[in-house]
Amino acid sequence: MKFKSVFDIIGPVMIGPSSSHTAGAARIGRVARDLFGRKPDYAHISFYGSFAKTYRGHGTDVAIVGGILDFDTFDTRIVDALSLAKEQGVEIKITEEDALTEHPNTAKIILGDENDKIELVGISIGGGKIEIVELNGFELKLSGNHPALLIVHNDRYGAIAGVANILAKHQINIGHMRVSRKEKGQEALMIIEVDQNIDPVLIEEIESLPIVQQVVKINE
Amino acid sequence: MFRNVAELVELAEAKECKISDIMIEQEMEFTGRTREEILSQMDRNLKVMEEAVERGITEDVKSHSGLTGGDAILLQNYLKSGKSLSGEFMLDAVSKAIATNEVNAAMGTICATPTAGSAGVVPGTLFALKDKLNPTREQMVAFLFASGAFGFVVANNASISGAAGGCQAEVGSATGMAAAAIVELAGGTPSQSAEAMAIALKNMLGLVCDPVAGLVEVPCVKRNAMGASNAIVAADMALAGIKSRIPCDEVIDAMYRIGQSMPTALKETAQGGLAATPTARELEAKIFGIALDKK
Repeated sequence: MKFKSVFDIIGPVMIGPSSSHTAGAARIGRVARDLFGRKPDYAHISFYGSFAKTYRGHGTDVAIVGGILDFDTFDTRIVDALSLAKEQGVEIKITEEDALTEHPNTAKIILGDENDKIELVGISIGGGKIEIVELNGFELKLSGNHPALLIVHNDRYGAIAGVANILAKHQINIGHMRVSRKEKGQEALMIIEVDQNIDPVLIEEIESLPIVQQVVKINE
Repeated sequence: MFRNVAELVELAEAKECKISDIMIEQEMEFTGRTREEILSQMDRNLKVMEEAVERGITEDVKSHSGLTGGDAILLQNYLKSGKSLSGEFMLDAVSKAIATNEVNAAMGTICATPTAGSAGVVPGTLFALKDKLNPTREQMVAFLFASGAFGFVVANNASISGAAGGCQAEVGSATGMAAAAIVELAGGTPSQSAEAMAIALKNMLGLVCDPVAGLVEVPCVKRNAMGASNAIVAADMALAGIKSRIPCDEVIDAMYRIGQSMPTALKETAQGGLAATPTARELEAKIFGIALDKK
C-alpha cells in the first residue's frame, strides 16, 4: 500500500495552493537538501509533465526551492523562497523539460557546491506524498516519511549482512530495504527505511565497515 | 486492517464501533504511536481547518492572480438576507468550503483533505454541521478520521491525484469522504456511510482536472462548493435508507479506470477543458505576461 497513514489523507498542513505541486514539491526539495546535508551553492531543477506545464501557477518552483532551503510544507517563508535563495547565495536554475516520464509530476534536482554534487529524481504521487525514484543514477524508492539510511558500498558479498548485524545489535527494525547497483562488482547503494531514529554512533559503526564508502541518514 | 470499503464496514460492524474508531486503531497499529498522540495530531489539523474557514469568511482574501477570493463572504452576506433558496445549512457549508479554497489559492495555510485543491469539502461540511448538530470536539476529530478512512481506501485502490486521475480523484474523493463522515456524525450506520460515499462519488465520475492557467483556482474553488452540497445530499439520501446499486468499492474502481483512460490534456496539465477556452487563454496570458501568439 502506497498510503499507510490517515495523515497522508487528512494532511499535510501546508501552504497552498496544491498538495502535489506545492507541498509535494517542497518535500522533494527538502529530501534533496537532507541528502546533500548542507546548503548548496547551486540548485538546478528540471520539471517534467504536469510539473513543467503548471509550475508557475502552483508555486512549484517556489516550493521546491523552499524545500531546498530546508523549509517544511507549512513554513510561510516558502512564499518568498526564490528571493531568500538569492539572499543566501544559492544559485537557482529552472528548466521545463518535454521528455515523457513515467509519472506526470516529476522533478529532477541537482544540488552542488565546490566539494560535492548530488542528482535525484522525485515524483509527487498525490496529497503531498512523494517518492524519490533515482539518486546519482541509482534507481530506488524512498518515501521520505521514515528515517532512512543510504549506504554507498562495494558490490561484494557480506555487505548486507554486515550492515544488518549492526542494526540488529542496536535493535533497529527495518521497514523497507532495497539494494541496487549500476554494474556487477562496482559501486552499490543500500536503502534502508527504519522505524526509529538512528543514533550517530550507529552511523559511525556502519561507516567503519571496510566495504562501506559513505553513509547518509535522513530523518523525518 | 482494511483494504477496501467492504472490509472497513465489516470491521466496524463486527466490533460494533464506528468507522472512525477503526481508522484510529489501524493508525495505532501501523505507526506504533499512542491514541493520544494520534488524536492530538488530528486535533491540530482540525484547528488549521477552523482557522482557514474563519479567515475565508471574514477576511477579503485575494489570490495573487486575482482570479479568486471574496466569494465566501458574498455567500455569508447573502445568507444573512434570509432569501437563500437552497437553505441556510447547505449554503453555510458551501461558503465554508469556498472559504478554505480561497485561502488555499492565496497561498494561505490549510490542511490537505485529501489534497489542497480539494481541501474545502470536508471542513466546509464539518463546520456547517458544527452549528447544526453541536458536536463535541471529540466528535469533530472523529469526523476527520471517518473521512480519512474512506480517503485511505481511495488513495490505495485508485488515486487522489488530479494529475493521475482528474478532478474526480480529488474533489470526487473529498466529496465521498465528507458524505460518509456526515452520515457517521449524524448517527448513521457504517454501511450507510459506505452508501453515502458511493452515491456521492458516482455523481463526480468523469470530472476532469482543467485548471485555468494551471492555477488551483478556476474551477477548483467552485467545484469544492458543489462537492460540499453533493456530499450533504448524498448523506441525506443514505440516511433516508437509499442504497447505491453499485457497491462503493466498485464505484471507486470505476473512478480509477475512468482516470486511466482520461486524456493527459484533462489531467492537470492546463491543456484542455476549461483551461483551453478563449477566456482562459486570455487570462493565462495576462497573468503570466505572455503574448497570446506565443501560446
